Amino acid sequence: MALSGVEIFKLLPKTNCKKCGHPTCLAFAMKLAQRQATLDSCPDVSEEAKKILGEASAPPVRPITFGSGDKAVKMGEETVLFRHDKKFVNPCAFAVEIKDTLPETEMAAIAERVMQSEIDRVGQKLRIDAIVLSNASGDAGKLEAAAKVIASKAAGVPVIISTKDAAAAEAAVKPFAGKRPIIYGVNSSNAEAMAAVAKANKAIVGIAANGIDELAALTEKVKSLGVEDMVIDSGARKAKEIIEHNTLIRRAAIKKNFKPLGYPIINFMQREDGLHEALVAAIGVTKYASIIVLSSIDKWKNLALFTLRQNIYTDPQVPMQVEQKVYNIGEPKAESPLFITTNFSLTYFIVSGEIENSKVASRLAVMDCEGLSVLTAWAAGKFTASKIAQFITESGVEKEIAQKELIIPGYVAILSGSIEDKLPGWKITVGPREANAIPAFLKTRA
Amino acid sequence: MAFTPTKETYSGKVYSVAIGTGDGPVTFGGENVLPFHSFEGATPNKPVIAFEIQDVPPADWPENVRKPFESVSGDPVTWAKYCQDELKAAAIALRLVGTHPDRENRSPEDAAKTVKDVLAAIKVPLIILGSNHAEKDSPVLVAASGAAKGGNCVIGKAQEANYKTIAAAAMANNHKLIAMSELDINLSKQLNILITQMGFEKERLITDPMCSALGYGLEYTYSVMERIRLAALTQNDTTMQPPMLGDIGMYVWKVKETQAPESDLPHWGSLEERGIAWEAVTAIGLLVAGAELLIMRHPKAVAEVQKTIEELI
Repeated sequence: MALSGVEIFKLLPKTNCKKCGHPTCLAFAMKLAQRQATLDSCPDVSEEAKKILGEASAPPVRPITFGSGDKAVKMGEETVLFRHDKKFVNPCAFAVEIKDTLPETEMAAIAERVMQSEIDRVGQKLRIDAIVLSNASGDAGKLEAAAKVIASKAAGVPVIISTKDAAAAEAAVKPFAGKRPIIYGVNSSNAEAMAAVAKANKAIVGIAANGIDELAALTEKVKSLGVEDMVIDSGARKAKEIIEHNTLIRRAAIKKNFKPLGYPIINFMQREDGLHEALVAAIGVTKYASIIVLSSIDKWKNLALFTLRQNIYTDPQVPMQVEQKVYNIGEPKAESPLFITTNFSLTYFIVSGEIENSKVASRLAVMDCEGLSVLTAWAAGKFTASKIAQFITESGVEKEIAQKELIIPGYVAILSGSIEDKLPGWKITVGPREANAIPAFLKTRA
Repeated sequence: MAFTPTKETYSGKVYSVAIGTGDGPVTFGGENVLPFHSFEGATPNKPVIAFEIQDVPPADWPENVRKPFESVSGDPVTWAKYCQDELKAAAIALRLVGTHPDRENRSPEDAAKTVKDVLAAIKVPLIILGSNHAEKDSPVLVAASGAAKGGNCVIGKAQEANYKTIAAAAMANNHKLIAMSELDINLSKQLNILITQMGFEKERLITDPMCSALGYGLEYTYSVMERIRLAALTQNDTTMQPPMLGDIGMYVWKVKETQAPESDLPHWGSLEERGIAWEAVTAIGLLVAGAELLIMRHPKAVAEVQKTIEELI
């Protein structure tokens, strides 16, 4: 748990020398507690205080970068249990398992699907982030050969090598040395040898424990062997255990600052049935997984999981926004209707969805109101007649349409006269107050 | 450093609500911990999934979810019996969407007859929903409540604009009641208070904080539900202790992801599986956030969510 201002104050020199730029040591301590200042501003702090404060100020879940280059994945750094308290920081990674028993052509095919998995949703690029290469054969040579296939067919994709055999890990990690791979499979009987391989190849250790107690003991052991970066698996496989273990691990890290469990969690969620696997994975997305291992990556499943991850990891304090522009819904012709609304993503999704449902091709002008909904934006003076007029004029939409008519949300009916004044030659029509009345509204116009 | 699990004990508890009669009643709610946290408290009942049917044929449902009911959906009684007998539905949710003034504009009397016929034909509990037209729902749900008297049904939805008449009718006929507000914990609390001030017992309420589909505001419903549940448990706030509803099907089966064919959007993959996954993933998100009663449409989505619930308990 983070120290309070008073606890920090007790560790400071209490000289009130002002060298840190704050009037008193207590004021400085308060800023430190809020993470608005850093300890290096104090020239006189003792080494002991530095050590205690340094440990206390380290994030409760260790930040780790998995992989390298533009496909690297940031993990950890989480600070809360519930997303309404504060944004969840680093979205979980999705990884697909490739077994070293597969024929090379199949390995290459899965690698290809990973490379092609990227899609764009509300301006974010989303993809399958990593590959787990598992030593299903139990043979070191096969794992090494498979590693070479993956390295060439899925270049740049972060890789997890899954084996309990240190010699196999050493052979297979070579193509990824220095690229921050994960060597997963570290347990009580192979910890020394596996940690040595990880250390030599600058790899992250993946702990494979049997229960949370053993997990905590293993991370301490691996740390004492000189490896700091780890991802942790308590052995939970059933959905019930996954919720239980992930919750207890996250609580221990956040509420107790229990360092042996302050690492990103990896959950193995493979299931025979693709949909069932997606649903178990969905539980991991909501409840604290940092890496989710899947057995298949069909496009429909990826889209659903990417979308859920995006939903859960959005900042609850900052409304999601869409880009300001005139969107085409269907294939509008010159005489198709033109709507306007604000750029709060939910507003946009609901309005565009209802226009789509009505099956009447339309244009939807979405105006930047800093992500506020219609009524809030109007009340805040961001969705006003003059701003709407300016946006419509600058958008150039006038050139695409036959009649200059703009449909405004029913909630801002009061603006219709003043928009007409500011947009000479335009007819302003008041649309429905709620988006769900749009289909009926369009029907009456037809 | 030895690990000591941080277990939470809460002062509050979710009310358990039983619906239906005779040999078919089902109970949900009743837990004194966060969803599926059976490792630190009591979770006596599983969440319940009701199959959604309507009083009029589902011409507005996308083909993928219309198809499984093609041979039965022409008549609500046949449709309800099919869900109960063939799909083993735990409950039926009858949406009287045909009463909406912009739809068939069916009368409250017509609606009452449909309710009576469906109720007589099934043994599982019945949830009776209006068309979400605040004004029209008042007379429709008053008539429906009367027609279902003695069925221990769920009536919904009472909203700020119409709760008085609907809550009175549910109370007079001994039903449970869904109270719906729009994605705001304070509005939800306020509506529950207003309804209980009329003398409606809070133990008979079900809170609907308003559903949203995956990708279309799911995070709002998710967080409002999580906050309501935490208020119920940690602050022992009795106005926030009714179980929660996720009215999933109607929100999911109108978004683009459940309708756009693969030929238009090849990178989105198979439409059939995508639609089912969209409904099922939305359901799982809301279950984890705290919903105990779900209303869903696609048989495969329901079956898979059911299977996952079994894995969670």
